[in-house]
Amino acid sequence: MKLIIAVIKPSKLDEVREALSPLGVSGMTVSEVKGFGRQGGHTEIYRGAEYEIHFVPKIKIEIAVPDEVAERVISTLRESANTGKIGDGKIFVLDVADAVRIRTGETGSEAL
Amino acid sequence: MTNLRLSFTLVLLAGLLSVGFGGDAFAQEASKISGADTAWIMTATALVLFMTMPGLALFYGGLVRSRSVLSVLMHCSAICCLMSVLWLIVGYSLAFGDGGAANAWIGGFGKAFLSGVGTDAASGTIPEIVFFAFQMTFAIITPALIVGAYVERITFPAVLLFSGLWLLIVYVPVTHWIWGGGWLADMGVMDFAGGLVVHLTAGISALVIARMLGPRRGFPREVSPPHNPGMVMIGAAMLWVGWFGFNGGSALGANGGAGMAITVTHISAAVASLTWMTIEWMKYGKPSLVGFVTGTIAGLATITPASGFVGPVGALVLGVMASIICYVLVGLVKNALKIDDSLDVFAVHGVGGLTGTIMTAFLAAPSMGGLGFAKDGMTMGSQLYVQIVGALATAAIALIGSIVILMIVKAITPLRVNEEDETEGLDITSHGERGYNL
Repeated sequence: MKLIIAVIKPSKLDEVREALSPLGVSGMTVSEVKGFGRQGGHTEIYRGAEYEIHFVPKIKIEIAVPDEVAERVISTLRESANTGKIGDGKIFVLDVADAVRIRTGETGSEAL
Repeated sequence: MTNLRLSFTLVLLAGLLSVGFGGDAFAQEASKISGADTAWIMTATALVLFMTMPGLALFYGGLVRSRSVLSVLMHCSAICCLMSVLWLIVGYSLAFGDGGAANAWIGGFGKAFLSGVGTDAASGTIPEIVFFAFQMTFAIITPALIVGAYVERITFPAVLLFSGLWLLIVYVPVTHWIWGGGWLADMGVMDFAGGLVVHLTAGISALVIARMLGPRRGFPREVSPPHNPGMVMIGAAMLWVGWFGFNGGSALGANGGAGMAITVTHISAAVASLTWMTIEWMKYGKPSLVGFVTGTIAGLATITPASGFVGPVGALVLGVMASIICYVLVGLVKNALKIDDSLDVFAVHGVGGLTGTIMTAFLAAPSMGGLGFAKDGMTMGSQLYVQIVGALATAAIALIGSIVILMIVKAITPLRVNEEDETEGLDITSHGERGYNL
């Protein structure tokens, strides 16, 4: 099993979700985060005073998938989240030691 | 006798005595009182209180970080209450009472605890108790304005101690000089609703305390933007509405003069808002809401001293000048003087009040649509001289008074919270509360 963590632009979330559903991805966890990479921060003005805003709002998606579909999920995710501009984000792939369905106690791929 | 019968008897006796002794005087006083004037000033009193509670509180609250919003609301609330009590005990008497031989400089203690001022005493065409209450709301908002200079880093005891001493050492004397029959009033200084008494005193003191306290962590480039610009606008709008009482009520009557005062107040606010909006639009391509309402306040502060003396076209002029001058000063204080007057109290209130005070000398002229100078025979030149003297004297006592007060306060309690508490936010560290439990 793989845990795919993707940090993407907030405006791309709906597109990503729609692109992943036909692949059999049964669920995901989404959180609102802040971050920066090459995009860097920017300057905002309040009342003539400049403020450095270092962090940019992003969306983090976490999906646990069986090994067989991991490659396809990653490439689909990458295509749907891509705008071609700096700040598109990154995808990290982790190995999962185990997964458990809380309601039934199923483990492993059965739990995904 | 039972307690109830005893109390009833005492009250009856007191009532009879007051009617008996005050009889003729009561009839005389009553005939001077205008119901219309009284009703308006009572309303104005409520409007001006509304400016602090919660207008100014929200205006400042929205401008600070979310973790310090409660501390700002607390400062305004506590100052409101403390100043009210001090005003009753001794403030009103020293500001508006008769100081005898020293009356050019300060009033006396004759009306401490409002002694002698019951329901019958008159002040012009309104009951004196109403005048007392109206002026109290001014005594409340003036030290509350200074809050903007020391947000996010001052200790709460220092706020209370500083504000209390400041009322008595700076506000009360200046009020007496200009409105209480003191030397500046004799000279003919024209300050209709507090350009000097309220805005310049607060503005100068703000600069002093900001300097002596030191800047916020991260000033100037790393400070946080306003946590709730919406709250700022709501507060500014409340200030705008309340200002109708501030300037309109200063006419001390329900008449055309008051009507003109509220009109010019509104025009100045509107024009100043549009002007600030235009400046930001041209400079940054995007006019901000926070900037827009800052222009509003600049316009309101600037028209304050002039509101009873100028006409609507004068208000147009003042509104434009207000935003241009205050906008420049905001940058100057931050970038050139490098003083962290966090919410721009000096640049907006101090400079605005000063601009309006000086411009009154010109715009009060009948040729400019104004209502005339302080005394017969005065000219723009002589009025200008008097306005400048008034401004310098006000600035001097505010400057020196604030320095002395801060030295006293520093000796009693720390002025500034430690770095960790400042970073964590004053709400939780000074008041044990969180503004938002989401």
